[in-house]
Amino acid sequence: MTASMLLNDLGLIAPELILAGGAMALLMVGVFSKVDLQAARLVNTATMALFALAAAAAIWIAPDAPQTGFGGAFVLDALAVYAKAVIYVVGIAVLMLASKFLERERLAKFEYPVLVTLAVLGLSVMVSANDLIGLYLGLELSSLSLYILAAFNRDSLRASEAGLKYFVLGALSSGLLLYGSSLVYGFAGSTNFDAIATAAAADANVGLIFGLVFVISGLAFKISAAPFHMWTPDVYEGAPTPVVAFFATAPKLAAMALLARVLMEPFGPMVDEWRQVVMVLAVLSMGIGAFGALMQTNIKRLMGYSSIGNIGYMLVGLAAGTQAGVWAVLLYMTLYVFAVVGAFGVILSMRRSEGMVERIEDLSGLAKTRPGLGYAMTGLLFSIGGMPPLVGFFGKLAVFVAAVQAGLVPLVIIAALFSAVSMAYYIKIVRVMWFDEPKGEFLPAPAGVMAVTRIAGIATLALLPVVGFLFARVIQAGGALGG
Amino acid sequence: MLGQLPILSALVWLPALGAVAILVLRALMRGEDQAALERNARGVALFVTLFVFALSILLVIEFDASQAGFQFVETIPWLAELGIGYRMGVDGLSVLFVLLTAFLMPICILASWKLEKRVVDYMAAFLILETLVIGIFCALDLVLFYIFFEGSLIPMFLIIGVWGGANRIYAAFKFFLYTFVGSVLMLVAMIWMYLDAGTTDISVLLTHEFARDAQTWLWLAFFASFAVKMPMWPVHTWLPDAHVEAPTAGSVILAGILLKLGGYGFLRFSLPMFPDASAFFAPMVMVLSVIAIVYTSLVAFRQTDIKKLIAYSSVAHMGFVTMGLFTMNEVGVQGAIFQMLSHGVISGALFLCVGVIYDRFHTREIGFYGGLVHRMPVYAAFFALFAMANVGLPGTSGFVGEIMTMVGAFEYDPRVAAGAALGVIFSAVYMLTLYKKVVFGELTNPRLETATDLNVREWINLGVLGFIAIYLGFFTTPITATTAASVEALITQYQAALAAAPN
Repeated sequence: MTASMLLNDLGLIAPELILAGGAMALLMVGVFSKVDLQAARLVNTATMALFALAAAAAIWIAPDAPQTGFGGAFVLDALAVYAKAVIYVVGIAVLMLASKFLERERLAKFEYPVLVTLAVLGLSVMVSANDLIGLYLGLELSSLSLYILAAFNRDSLRASEAGLKYFVLGALSSGLLLYGSSLVYGFAGSTNFDAIATAAAADANVGLIFGLVFVISGLAFKISAAPFHMWTPDVYEGAPTPVVAFFATAPKLAAMALLARVLMEPFGPMVDEWRQVVMVLAVLSMGIGAFGALMQTNIKRLMGYSSIGNIGYMLVGLAAGTQAGVWAVLLYMTLYVFAVVGAFGVILSMRRSEGMVERIEDLSGLAKTRPGLGYAMTGLLFSIGGMPPLVGFFGKLAVFVAAVQAGLVPLVIIAALFSAVSMAYYIKIVRVMWFDEPKGEFLPAPAGVMAVTRIAGIATLALLPVVGFLFARVIQAGGALGG
Repeated sequence: MLGQLPILSALVWLPALGAVAILVLRALMRGEDQAALERNARGVALFVTLFVFALSILLVIEFDASQAGFQFVETIPWLAELGIGYRMGVDGLSVLFVLLTAFLMPICILASWKLEKRVVDYMAAFLILETLVIGIFCALDLVLFYIFFEGSLIPMFLIIGVWGGANRIYAAFKFFLYTFVGSVLMLVAMIWMYLDAGTTDISVLLTHEFARDAQTWLWLAFFASFAVKMPMWPVHTWLPDAHVEAPTAGSVILAGILLKLGGYGFLRFSLPMFPDASAFFAPMVMVLSVIAIVYTSLVAFRQTDIKKLIAYSSVAHMGFVTMGLFTMNEVGVQGAIFQMLSHGVISGALFLCVGVIYDRFHTREIGFYGGLVHRMPVYAAFFALFAMANVGLPGTSGFVGEIMTMVGAFEYDPRVAAGAALGVIFSAVYMLTLYKKVVFGELTNPRLETATDLNVREWINLGVLGFIAIYLGFFTTPITATTAASVEALITQYQAALAAAPN
């Protein structure tokens, strides 16, 4: 390998280099500073800047045509660029949500933003992976950071439980993924996605199908698709809220992009084999998400079930197995992720003088006591539920269009009916906020949380006229796959 | 001159702007005099709705009734990648519904003038509702139509749930979920149509021929949505609950406008786009309509709650509409449109009449009242007028709609008309009984002694509505002339499609 080739390869991973280098440097800053709180604040702010820098770099180096590096293990295409940009922006928003909360809960340690950075680095590698090894490395880097983050409040029994649960189940899923990868490697003779695609097109034998199913299972854990969703409600409930806000957004997006790539690129020729699997995952997720959420009383738990359900709708789009399906999933995911960040901003605003509260009934009368927050949450919930005229509707519309186009009309009808069921619990929260009498007021939220909530809330309506811009971006990103 | 200005967009978006203005005003006036804020909110809402009403009159004046096609068309590329556009336009079928909506809105605002609970949110919700409902009637794009159509659930859900009566939460949930389930199936059908025709432009879809066997499914999916909205028997059960619990103005909007969405949907989508399926299912619709007319009239007779009685009577009157629409002859369809507009005025007025006494005594129990004529003679006169109009007394607009739809039904099948005629008799029975019990008789309840007659606001509201109900009873041309060309085109196209289809 010549020096220029190496330089070229390094250029492709510029955002990752920035993140990795930044994480190390910030770790040093944290270790050598005398005052804990100041270090935490400094590192937090610096990490946000780091993410902004990485996002700029990712957009800056965006190539016109897909480029691979490091012997084909790493790919930079429109999908990767798009996913990275969204992940970094979400990272900034999530850190904005976290800082004051952590200080209040006496959790403000400089390790927190560093761990988030490492997780984001892992996610970043995931969406660019073009090789089973790269995929696994990215996945594990992000997962290990997330395990620690889940148990970040180590004095809390529930947080420790959440972390442990997430770790054990996550380890199991990694095992499944590795087992599947080894089967794929054994039968395709390579870990490279392009080589696997060639092998799959030539002969889609039982070994490959077996491996594929295990790989899908492993990834389904990460996106919390049913029946691999068991960890989700517990971790959502137990882990510190800002951590959950992170869990619910960036990793889901990265894992979904990765799943789309794995299914469309190396296993693209085997679409008829994996479509049924994805459809089963979709129907189960939508059903468990919709019916599971109905009886919840804890808002974080409910968000967990809601995420399972929403993943189900995205899988409906993915089941189409077309480019339209991929970009529909990306559109859905993007709108979903930003609405969820906003919703967690509202959950983080649920603080009374006696401390944080997280039961749904604690939101009683929110639209009356805090109109701004109430309106924002109403818009965000309807947007997450895909209710027009909120912008989240377009995600649902796009996945349905993709699935109908692929001839999956029965699946879409099932999805539509489940969306009516899930609407029941969204309007249940709206009911609590609007119809019930207030039971005490929340304390004013920190400025960062307030900003995120307001921006996300207003965006659910304000994006409507300009949503075409988002369409253009995701169509470009989705066009990178399955060409 | 108006042709160049985006008058439809102005009609649609001005109320939303008003709502935003009110909400921003609240944010600015936080901690200041709340009474002043509420005064401002009411003022803005009334001003905006009156302005929109004036604009809608202008629209109808400028509207060229001799043309069947869409007018005032606006097209802005919106989601160009998918061929979804921001397309607006009205024709003879929709323009009068825009007028009706814009007309009823100021009346609703006036009727809620004395409201004290969360005035700002209330006014904002009504303004947003106006935006969405006018949008439904103006939308010429499937996706845009769906967005407005579904979106209108949110403000109405809040209006019922926040400002409604004792059992409001149950009613709001029932309203929302019933209509939502119907609509999601329509969404799937719309997506299928989009992929089949390659566009979401309604004016193109109107000329697109859908395969015969596909029409059946598409028709059923649309029917699921519109029949619930209408509401048709047996999916009408959400309506009495929603009506009873909604605040007065909410009931007016619900009965006056939202019930017309189903009928408008049939006119805009089911009949012209799926003619074969419409002809195939017409007998079923007729049977359901007659059942609705007769059965809900009987049910209405047994009600002890005034609002519930009027709600069931609305279901019966909507039965005339579906009956008229699916006769697919000119007089039937014209009559159906007339009936919808007339019912919008009359049922709105009836709910206002209930509101008048509810504001004074806070009950809707028929047994509570009696002998109101001794204390409220003007009110008794107005109530009599609207009760008669609801029955379909000649000389009121209610008569025209009923007779036209029944003539149409007679042409279609005399048995249908006979069934509907039975309903007319029943409607006289329950309305007159109601009127007798509430207004006539001795004034026995001591709490009614203090009753005061109509105040100025109520006078204006009921007076205007009463004038229109009588005017349209004598002069039907303003409506029939506006709709004639479009209805004729609709029927011609329908017959041609049926003739072309191999049987």
